[in-house]
Amino acid sequence: MKPINEISSVLTPLDRKNVDTDQIISKEFLKRIERTGFGKYLFYHWRFKADGTPNPEFVLNDTRFQNSEILVAQENFGCGSSREHAPWAILDYGFRVVIAPSYADIFYNNCVKNGILPIRLQEAEVTALLEKGKQARYRLDVDLRQQSVTGEDGASYSFDIDPYWKEMLLNGWDEISLTIQYDSYIQAYEEKTQQAQ
Amino acid sequence: MAKTIIEKIWEQHIVFEEPGKPDLLYIDLHLLHEVTSPQAFEGLRLNGRKVRRPDLCFATMDHNVPTRNRSVIKDPISRKQIKTLQENCDEFGVPLAGINHPDQGIVHVIGPELGLTQPGKTIVCGDSHTSTHGAFGALAFGIGTSEVEHVLSTQTLWQSEPKTMEIRIDGKLGFGVSAKDIILAIISTYGVDMGTGHIIEYTGEAIRNLSMEERMTICNMSIEAGARAGLVSPDETTVDYLRGRRNVPEGEAFEREAERWLALATDEGASYDVSHTIHADDISPFVTWGTNPSMGSGIAEHVPTSADYDKQEDRDALRQALAYMQLEEGAPLSSIAIQHVFIGSCTNARLSDLRAASEIVKGRTVHPAVTAIVVPGSETVKRAAEAEGLDQVFLQAGFEWRETGCSMCLAMNEDAVPAGERCASTSNRNFEGRQGAGSMTHLVSPVMAAAAAIEGHLTDVRNYMKEPVPQA
Repeated sequence: MKPINEISSVLTPLDRKNVDTDQIISKEFLKRIERTGFGKYLFYHWRFKADGTPNPEFVLNDTRFQNSEILVAQENFGCGSSREHAPWAILDYGFRVVIAPSYADIFYNNCVKNGILPIRLQEAEVTALLEKGKQARYRLDVDLRQQSVTGEDGASYSFDIDPYWKEMLLNGWDEISLTIQYDSYIQAYEEKTQQAQ
Repeated sequence: MAKTIIEKIWEQHIVFEEPGKPDLLYIDLHLLHEVTSPQAFEGLRLNGRKVRRPDLCFATMDHNVPTRNRSVIKDPISRKQIKTLQENCDEFGVPLAGINHPDQGIVHVIGPELGLTQPGKTIVCGDSHTSTHGAFGALAFGIGTSEVEHVLSTQTLWQSEPKTMEIRIDGKLGFGVSAKDIILAIISTYGVDMGTGHIIEYTGEAIRNLSMEERMTICNMSIEAGARAGLVSPDETTVDYLRGRRNVPEGEAFEREAERWLALATDEGASYDVSHTIHADDISPFVTWGTNPSMGSGIAEHVPTSADYDKQEDRDALRQALAYMQLEEGAPLSSIAIQHVFIGSCTNARLSDLRAASEIVKGRTVHPAVTAIVVPGSETVKRAAEAEGLDQVFLQAGFEWRETGCSMCLAMNEDAVPAGERCASTSNRNFEGRQGAGSMTHLVSPVMAAAAAIEGHLTDVRNYMKEPVPQA
């Protein structure tokens, strides 16, 4: 996966809580056997009307946010299904960072395994970002190494991230290659449990 | 020191641990299906990797399969996904219950049926409803496709130790109240993210009294409470269910295993990070009115009003949900007319679910405005139901009796609810568009779905049941 450290971009405010993976990528688009090409289906039923034309009410169709790499939403983002197609769609669309007060566990894992940085900020901080982002184009500088988010007006926030995931994201490592280095431990475990039976 | 079953299973599966790192956990059983596995197998191929333990994998096809005519998959992309799983299983030596196999079915229904699901195992699948298998006292959770590839290649996962949560259901369930009502009541009380970062253990008298199939219904929807996994400590009910199944030992070896399983149960005095208690008396037959599983109430109640919420964001969520669901604030839930009934899914398509629904349906007729389908959870469930004549009960009442699969739970196959129409569904998610673009879902138990099919609107199933006379 692509390493990630510093991202500077206008934020896209998606002012909703409990955004589920069915909304992020609807089931009719899960039949592909590739990992790419899902971006055009991101938030499909919010983004497009039933006749297939863009819904002007939806934030992704607001021209102010074109080419944004940072998506901001309310709590429990990515709840529901384990479909990794959700982060694949987010990434393929062009987002590298998501900011929310909280995430569903599986979705969070799926993000970090695809080079998307899911940032947790306090609820009040996210609310402030959403308000600023809705009023005008609002640029953020995200720095993973420093674990900081800084707004164009100087507002600054820090975030926590598990050091293991931070290292993986900064380096864009392939987790399987890392785990294979622990093969002797896996073999030892298998021998031990075999004997116990 | 007294330990929970969660801690015991976790400790038994640590392959490698080091401070500042997640633990490397061994995975005992890896279930696969056609939707979340193709990219994982492709990843193996691209990197020249093998499946480390094909003997610990088991695959089936469920999400895309047609429920009318098995031999025709009209959608070419669905067909390709099905074919790809077949080819991947052949190439990597993974056992598969394919589309025409007598064991085929929804992955979370067949794992337990085949005795693959056992207490104390770590079980994963690229599917969030893997939590179902926790009913056996297994640590079972859904994973993404990158993790599927990781498990295929290494039989392990890096996992940070979760927090533990007890949800205790005290007392006895009331008349007409089922396992589905328990889990819907839990989620509506505590919210869809109550379980984030936790594994839930369900305890208490009401849980102990449930059958294995009822426990599966509850554990299945742990993910709807935000928990990756939910489980029930094994007891004699668990052991009785597994005795004699394929893939479990026989004779004395089984009794030894059973002893080991029972010892996994949470120790007396063990503590949890969080504990909640609900009284079974407070639970009544439930329906959801909104667009996530926490938006529900007892059938005798009304759609909430803005005045019921203190926070602006909750009022916004209510407004958005009701706009999608085409419902008015304060409307009585039992007035909501439905056009579709779906009895199926990994939540509620086991034999006992079909039996319970058939009791309500027997001798009655589906409302003329309603299309009602029954989709058994597996070929095994279907055969058993037909042997008891349940198919005839449903057919005579005007239900359709289909082949097995995930079907209308997520409408990846042809079974979709049309836009603007409403379904009383025994599945697990009422998200926007879940059962088809523009469709509206009301989650209910199998008996509540059956009663709605007869009446043509959501209704209290207790009116269809005879209350048992209390024993003196």
